[in-house]
Amino acid sequence: MDIAHTTDEARPWSGRALLALPLWQFFVVIAGGILLTTLWEGFARWPDDLVIPMKEWITRFFEWLGKEAAIGSYSFKDFTRAISDLLSYPLEWTEALLYRGIKPLGLPPIPWVAVVLGTAILGHWIGGWRLALFVGASMLYLSIFGLWKDSMRTLSIVLVAVPIAAAIGLFLGIRVTRSKRAAAIITPMFDLMQATPHMAYLVPVVVLFGFGQVPAMLATVIFAMPPMARCAILGIQTVPQDVIESGRMSGCTPRQLLWKVQLPTSKKTLMLGLNQVVMQTLAMVVIASLVGASGLGQKLLFSLQQLRLGAAVEQGLAIVLIAVVLDRLTQAYAYRETIHYSATTSFFQRHKHLLLFLFILIVTFIAANFHKELAILPKKMTFTLGREIDFAVREFSKNAYDYIGPVRDFITVSILLPIRDFYLWLPWPVLVGCIAVAGYRLGGFPVMTLTASLMLAIMLFGFWEPAMLTIYLVFSAVVICILIGVPIGVLASRSERIAKVTMTICDTLQTFPSFIYLIPVIMLFKVGDLSNIIAILAYATVPAVRYTYLGLKRVPEVLKEAAIANGCTPRQKFWKVEMPFAIPEIMLGVNQTIMMALAMTAITALIGSRDLGQEIYRALPTADTGRGLLAGLGIAAIGIIADRLISAWATKKKKNLGIE
Amino acid sequence: MSDQVQISCRNVWKVFGPDPAGFMKRHGGQPTTEALASEGYIGAVQDVSFDVGAGEILIVMGLSGSGKSTLIRCITRLNDPTTGEIDFEGNNILTAKPKELIELRRHKMGMVFQNFGLLPHRSVLSNVAFPLEIQGIDRRERNKRAKEMIELVGLGGREDYFPRELSGGQQQRVGIARSLAVEPDVWFLDEPFSALDPLIRTEMQDEFIRLQQLLKKTIVFITHDFEEATRLADRIGIMKDGRLVQLSTPEQMVLHPANDYVAEFARNAPRDRIISVKAIMEPAAQNTPTDHPVTGTDRIGAAAERVLTADHPVLVIDHEGLPVGQVDRHAMTKALFGAV
Repeated sequence: MDIAHTTDEARPWSGRALLALPLWQFFVVIAGGILLTTLWEGFARWPDDLVIPMKEWITRFFEWLGKEAAIGSYSFKDFTRAISDLLSYPLEWTEALLYRGIKPLGLPPIPWVAVVLGTAILGHWIGGWRLALFVGASMLYLSIFGLWKDSMRTLSIVLVAVPIAAAIGLFLGIRVTRSKRAAAIITPMFDLMQATPHMAYLVPVVVLFGFGQVPAMLATVIFAMPPMARCAILGIQTVPQDVIESGRMSGCTPRQLLWKVQLPTSKKTLMLGLNQVVMQTLAMVVIASLVGASGLGQKLLFSLQQLRLGAAVEQGLAIVLIAVVLDRLTQAYAYRETIHYSATTSFFQRHKHLLLFLFILIVTFIAANFHKELAILPKKMTFTLGREIDFAVREFSKNAYDYIGPVRDFITVSILLPIRDFYLWLPWPVLVGCIAVAGYRLGGFPVMTLTASLMLAIMLFGFWEPAMLTIYLVFSAVVICILIGVPIGVLASRSERIAKVTMTICDTLQTFPSFIYLIPVIMLFKVGDLSNIIAILAYATVPAVRYTYLGLKRVPEVLKEAAIANGCTPRQKFWKVEMPFAIPEIMLGVNQTIMMALAMTAITALIGSRDLGQEIYRALPTADTGRGLLAGLGIAAIGIIADRLISAWATKKKKNLGIE
Repeated sequence: MSDQVQISCRNVWKVFGPDPAGFMKRHGGQPTTEALASEGYIGAVQDVSFDVGAGEILIVMGLSGSGKSTLIRCITRLNDPTTGEIDFEGNNILTAKPKELIELRRHKMGMVFQNFGLLPHRSVLSNVAFPLEIQGIDRRERNKRAKEMIELVGLGGREDYFPRELSGGQQQRVGIARSLAVEPDVWFLDEPFSALDPLIRTEMQDEFIRLQQLLKKTIVFITHDFEEATRLADRIGIMKDGRLVQLSTPEQMVLHPANDYVAEFARNAPRDRIISVKAIMEPAAQNTPTDHPVTGTDRIGAAAERVLTADHPVLVIDHEGLPVGQVDRHAMTKALFGAV
């Protein structure tokens, strides 16, 4: 605080605020913690018999909820069943339209030709020819590679889950903006929900709703809803004051103000929220294959488990294409400006896209009655490169593994394992103490209490070891992410051309569901700690790049000119002017990287690990709710600890720099 | 201008802080500047009283942070004043229920905003028709009235444009048309031209004068531009630190500023276009020559040449040609360049 002020005047960034924290406090904590272990073994490792059996309590509670809980004559089970039934109707209808066909009426599903062309027409309507071509080709891929049915299964859940999640999110977002009490309850809940990995949602859902499409969809809806709510809050709160006042002065009732002024004015933000809902939904649907949701995710899971990498690549590509198609369509729609037609434009001109689609739909429907291959492409007409890819991968590993293998083993044995052992050795009073000291110095008493008690809770509920393994994986990966990501971000900020390429790659990488990143990692490195770390790297480096770039871009031109005028060399300008200014932003990027890395550790459980992610994964088939849920919350807790410390630091920095 | 009072403000306070009402009560409704500062309260509007006559243009002027925008928001109840009384056409607006307030805004008040406050997703026509739409007027009728307003502000032919396709000046014309669509009795303008380029600003001021000659509304107009105020106002109220420092005609303000603060504003005012001959004349002497007299209601700028080139006092006459006084070079020079 006072220290930060005095030292920061000279060189306001340099991490000195952190260094200038009285380091002796940390020394005292560390030395004290290690000393304590000599007094009582429980300070080195918390004894198992002192663990609070929260796991068992939660598991038993959910068992009771699923089997016995009742209000009057209505059991909780009736309630969950009612929800299932309610959700299964729209899902069945969508599935019937997309791939099953409407059996009672003897109608085929919408012919794939119509879906491909329809998507292209939609693309043209929203974003012109290039988008049309891209989305059309992507959909075509799904059909000719024989992935149509699975794709449509996956898409069905997305199409039904998105409107539900968006509607609930919008509703909650509106509540938050209108009532302080709702905000106080809902906002922290969203924080927790967004820090909790996908898989943790699946456990309680399985216990209460069983396996299958509908439970998967339910978990998806819950998981995908917070971003919509956040965007709704942001959108409504950032409507310009003038616009609100003009609405009020026009005599709007509160309801009219919301629906006719606030929501339409924040359309862009709301649409970006919808975009995020769509992307989260897709990511979750893929993961939900773990609870028996059939579709592309499940096929991919099987392929990975059987190491049929060729098939996995094709299925993975299908998921990626669907993700990019959905992303580009929703984004383009968000940024699309309403066009004004002159009064003379005819009805046909105005609705040419819709009319064309209807025409194609009718023609193909009729044609599909005579030529079945128009409805769904028969297997013998599809196409696969699976065997060729398998062969290539095998050949590659045979030859390359001689080189990759030793490198992997060297890194694992000489670098990773010692680090891991260090984390496992670390006595808990040391870590909790250091977190407390950092929390206090950076954010005062509230931050200290929150972060330290979260860490303590992880230990008391018996998750210390998997949590330490998670921290080990995540922080090893994050260090490398920073080493790779920050220089790329710096490079991008130096040249418009590099920036354009880098940002396009970043945007694209961010649309991929995390699951996908496992495919190349398994192909190249097989399983093990290094593979986990590389999968995390692939997924989580993007924010480090992006925030570095943005932070450096945001340095005011005047500052740079002043630096040059003062006679800085380019190197001095960079280190003494630009970096100091950009550091808080870069740290927020690191924060994001940690969040994404944590989310990814849960996924890497699929390729073997011993961390919290694995705890969730193991809890799934045994319906061990307490274990799965708490492990998920444990990951969330680690995320929240990192987030609170870093945000506190960045906020302080920004304030000292006079940004914001 | 008639003598009928349209809006009447009495001892209006708007205080920001943790507990404004309690704070005002503790200080008997008249807290001192020291009390505000020491307890961490901000007096955005402090003890302001004034009347606006029907058909009058009252301009409230002050620097940013002087409380003028808060004041206009108190009158329209976009903000609720902490204490005081505001009568709108004889009814206390501070006790109006939400429903009554909505009715008042739907029929009696129109407001123009500094940053236009247009709805970006609606066309010009639909923006102007918006206040009518939310009253539930059917589409044909409201579009007809909106079109008339758009014609009135000179945007005919751009009904289908979206705000982002218009220049700032055009956007504000839309804002003006929208505020007039409900045919309000009182027209509030909150720095309507401040966001515009100087040239456009003058053009829009002319437009404003033209509209007011047609419509003859009661107007409360906020600006931080003294020249704009002197150009458009019947009376000007100057605000500083939440208080109304002086309320008078532009001419009085230039000739008799209430304090140094007002004088500072008035110093650069175009005196030749503000001060009338009448204000600086003295009683006519018996021997004043009667050739080429000047008219009393003329601004001194128009009479300056005649007076300054004559080597004797010039006779001042009224509209019927009757002599009402005389003015000499000395008085003219003093009026033109200010008392030194």
